[in-house]
Amino acid sequence: MQLAVLGGFVLAAFAPLLHRWFGDRAGLVMALLPAALSLWLFAQLPAVVGGEVLVFEQAWVPGLDIELTFLLDGLALLFALLISVIGVFVLVYSSAYLKGHPDLARFHVVLVAFMMSMLGLVLADNLVALFVFWELTSITSYLLIGFNHTDPEARKSASQGLFVTVAGGLALMAGLVMLAVVGESWSLQTLVAQGDTLRAHPLYLPILLCLLAGAFTKSAQFPFHFWLPNAMAAPTPVSAYLHSATMVKAGIYLLARMQPGMGGTEAWVTLLSLFGAVTMVTGAFLALRHTGIKSLLAYSTIMALGTLTMLLGIGTEEAMIAFGTFLLAHSLYKGALFLVAGILDHETGTKDISAMGGLRRVMPVSATCAGVAALSLGGVIPLFGFTAKELMFTSVLHAERFTVLLPALSLAAAVMTLAAAAIVALRPFFGNRREMPRAPHEGPPEMLAGPLVMAGLSLLLGLMPGLASGLVGATASSVNGAPLPASLSLWHGVNLPLGLSLVSLVLGLLIFRYWDYWRIWMRSLEPLFARGPEMGYFKIMDLIVTISVWQTRMLQNGYIRNYLVMTLMVLVGLTGYTLWSRHGLAFSFALDVRFHEALVAGLMVAGAVTACIMRLRLAAVASVGVMGFCIALTFVIFSAPDLGITQLLIETLTVILLILVLFRLPRFASLSTTLERVRDLVVAGATGLLMTLLILTVLDERLFPSIADYMIANSQPEGHGHNIVNVILVDFRALDTLGEVFVLALAAIGVYAMLSFHVDEYDARRQPERKEPRDG
Amino acid sequence: MVRSGTLILSVAARLLMPLQLLFSVFLLLRGHDEPGGGFIAGLVAAGAFALYMFAYGTQATRAMLRVAPQDLIGMGLFLGVASTLPAWWHGQPFMTAQWWTIPLIGFTFSTPLIFDIGVYLVVLGSVLTAVVGLMDGGRDDG
Repeated sequence: MQLAVLGGFVLAAFAPLLHRWFGDRAGLVMALLPAALSLWLFAQLPAVVGGEVLVFEQAWVPGLDIELTFLLDGLALLFALLISVIGVFVLVYSSAYLKGHPDLARFHVVLVAFMMSMLGLVLADNLVALFVFWELTSITSYLLIGFNHTDPEARKSASQGLFVTVAGGLALMAGLVMLAVVGESWSLQTLVAQGDTLRAHPLYLPILLCLLAGAFTKSAQFPFHFWLPNAMAAPTPVSAYLHSATMVKAGIYLLARMQPGMGGTEAWVTLLSLFGAVTMVTGAFLALRHTGIKSLLAYSTIMALGTLTMLLGIGTEEAMIAFGTFLLAHSLYKGALFLVAGILDHETGTKDISAMGGLRRVMPVSATCAGVAALSLGGVIPLFGFTAKELMFTSVLHAERFTVLLPALSLAAAVMTLAAAAIVALRPFFGNRREMPRAPHEGPPEMLAGPLVMAGLSLLLGLMPGLASGLVGATASSVNGAPLPASLSLWHGVNLPLGLSLVSLVLGLLIFRYWDYWRIWMRSLEPLFARGPEMGYFKIMDLIVTISVWQTRMLQNGYIRNYLVMTLMVLVGLTGYTLWSRHGLAFSFALDVRFHEALVAGLMVAGAVTACIMRLRLAAVASVGVMGFCIALTFVIFSAPDLGITQLLIETLTVILLILVLFRLPRFASLSTTLERVRDLVVAGATGLLMTLLILTVLDERLFPSIADYMIANSQPEGHGHNIVNVILVDFRALDTLGEVFVLALAAIGVYAMLSFHVDEYDARRQPERKEPRDG
Repeated sequence: MVRSGTLILSVAARLLMPLQLLFSVFLLLRGHDEPGGGFIAGLVAAGAFALYMFAYGTQATRAMLRVAPQDLIGMGLFLGVASTLPAWWHGQPFMTAQWWTIPLIGFTFSTPLIFDIGVYLVVLGSVLTAVVGLMDGGRDDG
């Protein structure tokens, strides 16, 4: 299981190669992986429905309790199935949608990487692993929203999505750490099982708020909903996949996962029900403001996310079954609708619904899919969305708190959603044929496959909801924390939920009929929308920029001498204070110096002094070099050949680099005043003094046994090497080395970028001069 | 900026360079038991290329390298990360060293060696990026 997910990342890395081999069909080849995963997941279905929890153990960093153990229960299985099945269709779809796009390979790299991150997120049992995958989905989402990177709007939307979700991610991290501390475990399974301890703990509320901040930003709950419609700048398959069926549900997944461990308290019920309900209504209401088909669908996704949160908040057994049903139903119909929206955009050249019309003759298959999926969105009998909506109404009516508010808001949302569904299904396909930027015709089979299957499933599960009972029941059991069988059926008899459905159908169609007037009415509310939460986002971003400009001017003014003074003084201050307060200034050491040692030390001092008083830059560099070589000598004297060689080589290369830099510097001149020189002397002297005292202290005090003994004893048996330094570098402490290597690489890239940048500027300034004739 | 140097430098660079590179590989391979290792070996190799660059300029050096120095960094990082993964196959934690002995020649191949080669490439690439960049003023049209 782990190998499948990690292998997926490798596959993502090889996407460019596959594109070279298979051309535009590479997407189809890559779809084989999620297809195989889906089949495997389906094979696990009976066991999971039977109440089993499959655990796939894998150590990662056992020393820190970090595991890559995967957990497959009902909730994880439902999500994993949605991710891999819809993933197959999206990969197939995108190879037609973006056919011939020069960056298609890059698109597939990120899309497959996202798919695997999302799978890891829903399967991970360890909090750290969960968090890593969580952040990976944010990053891949960022790259996909900004896929059209030449478009400034796309870039802006991408960074907005990233900032909002990553800010939430930080809060989530804090919440997860607190959770692990309180529950004394990093395993979700263990944590969720000790619900009573968690709920009684004084840190419960802080943990809850942090988790909610993470989940609400990720799942676009009010007031963080604004990033989701902007994320529609992404190519349509991405919107269908990330921003409707999978990634935005990660927050919902987290809440559902935590429900048995943390749910049911006053705070949980209040916060989730209210935020969920408000999000639901906001999404449904704002959807009707837009004529862009993707914006409209995005807002209706917000509505669905709000509904799911609200159902988790209500937390009764009915609500959990409704949660599972609604989740499945929404992913199916919304995925289908988005993909049809992509076909419309692809074939007509416009995203504006009000510009489309009469397309049912030329695009009969798309029209049928859209019709079926939209009926499911609107919750019309006999689609699966109807079953979900009935269950939702039932749970809302039986909620223990907010018994008036929740049903009222749900009804309002249902009415407006039905209107939105009617707009999406009827406007583009019926009515009079209009002029469109491109002559429309039916989409290619790769693009129709996804909508057909998903709309087909919406209809099939609607007619025979019993087919989904097992999966939904298993999901609800995971959310419930105890077995909770579900038996779904289409017809519940004539009751209040059915009445509410009928009311919403009638009112929704009325709104659809008068949609144009409705939009005019909404336009008068424009000033209100302009002051929405997005305004707050922009204010905060401006504030951050202002502060960072101010602090950069203060601390990083571009003069290396100021950086040095600042760094060294902080070092002297903090280390010196610790040294003085912890240790005092008493030292005892035996002065046992041999002649050659004294000679090397003397040379070093001479080199340092010469470097300070030299008037020629080259000579100063050479004097510094003398010091470096003396240090290398010291290493050799004290039998550390590796360090000696390294120091020697570094010294040589430093001289080479310095000489190359010196070519570019202006003439060496004395620019500093006497006062500044005195300041430099003080700083340098203080640093030197501190280092001396520090070394003396180290010699003086041994607080704990040296780790060298361990390294010496284990280097050969464990690391198969006699060179202890190297064994430490590449085996015992390889993680540190890996980090250092990355730092080195980043520094090199920084140098490269800085030099390239500088030369461009330099050339730009020199351009006119170059044209003049050189010889004269 | 720095053009070809004197005759002595040119001839010396041409003769020394293969030796230096050979020596760097020697240092790299023996590093696990004797003084040496990827970091030192990378520096030696970088020194070799730097010498060549002083004698023949950056154009010739780039032509000899065939790949851009930045690409060396990428390859090195890739090897470094890749060497952490084989432990998965044996169900061991990430980064556990794996050792394989090739039967006939008795040469021991291991993930720490792959890791060390990665370090070698990153060090070489980083130094060369800086040196080449400074020598042609960061122009990438070489």
